[in-house]
Amino acid sequence: MVHNFENILAASAISKFFPGAVALDKVDFTLRRGEVHALLGENGAGKSTLIKCITGAYRRDGGSLTLEGHEIDPADTLAAQKLGIGTVYQEVNLLSNLSVAENLFLGRQPTRFGMIDARTMNRNARELLAGYGLDIDVTAQLDRFSVAVQQIVAIARAVDLSGKVLILDEPTASLDTHEVEMLFRIINDLKKRGLGIVFITHFLEQVYAVSDRITVLRNGRLVGTHEAAELSRQNLIAMMLGRELAQTEHAAKERTIAAGEVKYAFEGFGKRGKVKPFDLEVRVGEVVGIAGLLGSGRTETAELMFGIESADSGVARIDGTPVTLSSPRAAIARGFGFCPEDRKTDGIIGDLSIRENIALALQARRGWARPLSRAEQNAIADEYIKALDIRTTDREKPIRLLSGGNQQKAILARWLATNPDFLILDEPTRGIDVGAHAEIIKLIEQLCARGMSLIVISSELEELVAYSSRVIVLRDREHIAELTGERITAAGIVDAIAAGDKRTEDA
Amino acid sequence: MTASLKALGFRLAPQLIALLVVLLLNFSFFPQFLDVIVQNGRLYGSVIDVLNRGAPVALLAIGMTLVIATKGIDLSVGAVIAICGAVAASSIVEGNSLAYTLALTVVVGLLCGFWNGFLVAVLNIQPIIATLVLMVAGRGIAQLITEGAIMTFNDDGLIFLGSGSFAFLPMPVVIWLIVALMVILLVRRTALGMLIEAVGINRRASTLSGVQTPVLLMAVYMLSGLCASIAGVIVAADIKGADANNAGLWLELDAILAVVVGGNSLLGGRFSIVGSLVGAMIIQAVNTGILLSGFPPEFNLIIKAIIIIVILVIQSPAMQSLTSFLSRRTDAKGRK
Repeated sequence: MVHNFENILAASAISKFFPGAVALDKVDFTLRRGEVHALLGENGAGKSTLIKCITGAYRRDGGSLTLEGHEIDPADTLAAQKLGIGTVYQEVNLLSNLSVAENLFLGRQPTRFGMIDARTMNRNARELLAGYGLDIDVTAQLDRFSVAVQQIVAIARAVDLSGKVLILDEPTASLDTHEVEMLFRIINDLKKRGLGIVFITHFLEQVYAVSDRITVLRNGRLVGTHEAAELSRQNLIAMMLGRELAQTEHAAKERTIAAGEVKYAFEGFGKRGKVKPFDLEVRVGEVVGIAGLLGSGRTETAELMFGIESADSGVARIDGTPVTLSSPRAAIARGFGFCPEDRKTDGIIGDLSIRENIALALQARRGWARPLSRAEQNAIADEYIKALDIRTTDREKPIRLLSGGNQQKAILARWLATNPDFLILDEPTRGIDVGAHAEIIKLIEQLCARGMSLIVISSELEELVAYSSRVIVLRDREHIAELTGERITAAGIVDAIAAGDKRTEDA
Repeated sequence: MTASLKALGFRLAPQLIALLVVLLLNFSFFPQFLDVIVQNGRLYGSVIDVLNRGAPVALLAIGMTLVIATKGIDLSVGAVIAICGAVAASSIVEGNSLAYTLALTVVVGLLCGFWNGFLVAVLNIQPIIATLVLMVAGRGIAQLITEGAIMTFNDDGLIFLGSGSFAFLPMPVVIWLIVALMVILLVRRTALGMLIEAVGINRRASTLSGVQTPVLLMAVYMLSGLCASIAGVIVAADIKGADANNAGLWLELDAILAVVVGGNSLLGGRFSIVGSLVGAMIIQAVNTGILLSGFPPEFNLIIKAIIIIVILVIQSPAMQSLTSFLSRRTDAKGRK
């Protein structure tokens, strides 16, 4: 804060509250002139909330924002744009049915005698894009060009409009290696012109390739800001996943090697563009943990196993017999259950009661013609409300009124009511309070002891270490390592994620 | 059972009050409105007339309620009335038996629903567009069947369905009451109702829980087609002929209105068929009332619109939050 003059943008103690949640808790963020600053964090860490507070898409609830030393308070993104803060989103938000030039000058077309001066506009557009090393037909419709070119057009427009701060929200998500290089050249040029650039991505390689500094957020709090050159990959991952490595060693407690036999086997299972083919065996009464950063293919692996996406290679076997998992219904018929990561969109049926939500999967399996009577539904709901300690005044309450942790327990109850043999839990403890967190972990251990096979995907490494008998590590949509026995430690997982090499050395 | 009836009455209180107000308004303009007499073994009177004239919209509203509960909409039902009326008329004119004619008509209605359901559930086309196709094409199909003319018939059996009576009630009333009862039992005594609500509230989560979403969607559109085909038979039987141009014209809009006036959300989810039926009766009571009051016909549509907007405003979320806000304020005052 001392060298305020060199900070083009300074946000201090930014807070943002949503009903029942603190999205940002007094986060500081500074951006220097001519710097690429990577903003990192897992899903729900508060990255996009912070960006939205800066660009005026959200009104912040606390803290101050200064641009070139002057306090600013953009009311909306347009105001922020005029002040000099431009944003380019992952999905290019330009008009694909207009020409490149029209997109660049939309809303500020050069006019002559009150008419749009197309010739001047096209010439200006060509000159503008030449500055980015792009020589394309600016009169052609935008969607004729690749996503990378569209991305550059979006950047050119944002820089031309704003010109002080450029925010790139996952710009590389759908680009190939060559296109990423092209984008990085442009980022470096803009940096030399003195722009401050905020870069959001999930690809750590890219972070180190272009960033000068790195800021990590977690659970709405600032974890730290470091010079990229001084921050090791291990430390960065540890900052993102939020575990002090030294403390986790003790968690590698003695574990009974799962004695059950292999029941579920996935061989060469994969889908192009989702997950590279993987082999995975799950034994009876075993918890297999899946670790990896966001976008590493964790959820995709689960969706493939549950039949939400159908695999285009490989075979799944139960007790050695090949089975087709073509839909969730088919998987459920085999005794599978799946608690999705995004409870709101994939899990709860918001307006239905807790009772109906718990009974849903069992009812769906029985079919519509064999209804569970009200008494049976009540009995099932009451049983699980008690067993899982779902805090509610009434089983007839709409489930959307419950807290996140209780919703999660209700969805677990929905599956437990079907008495599954194989349960896939995707981030079962995300976004829930500490008490419910501990209860869910205890429940996982109990289910495992009862002989159920579980796959648990989690970003909480300590948690994975605590209950997994094996941990599969994913990176870049590939299963890269399998940790067993004493190698299951938080440090071991971080090392496996960080290792550029396909094979992991023993930790 | 009485407890659940009481709960139903409580939930439908706004609709029932609205119906009552409309009936009382009619009564005040037209004191004979509530008179009912028995003649030739059948009830006569304006109230009976409301029940009778409201039959097509009531039938459509039954199917439409379920479609809307799945977050869909069925714009084609008016056109399906025209198609099915034409099918029934041409079949009976060709000398087929009544049973064959009715069976054929119902199958055609189911096929129309199957087409809509296929577009919505399998091809994932938005319901409003998917059903618009048949809405536009349907009248053309009906005209092809009747060869452009109004096709009249004289079959007593078929005519009985439009103007006969059973147990003192006109046949159309008997038919819609029976259909309503059967559908309500079907969705509430099986798990269909809950599964339909689940799909309407969150289709993806329902699919992930193993609900056969496409089958379910297909079924509700087919049921809507079935209801429309029965309505088509009644409409044709009533005028003893099939009018491809005018049979069921704009009735899809009345049916949607009936569902909404009945307190169901166009966003899908929780539904009440009884509510929609009350809604259908409100609409018909307004229509009949305007007709009886002797206003010049050009006022009819405007008066109808005013009455409906008042009902909708009273039910609107903005109004509800306002009333709950006001009642909370009086609560707070009371506590002081």
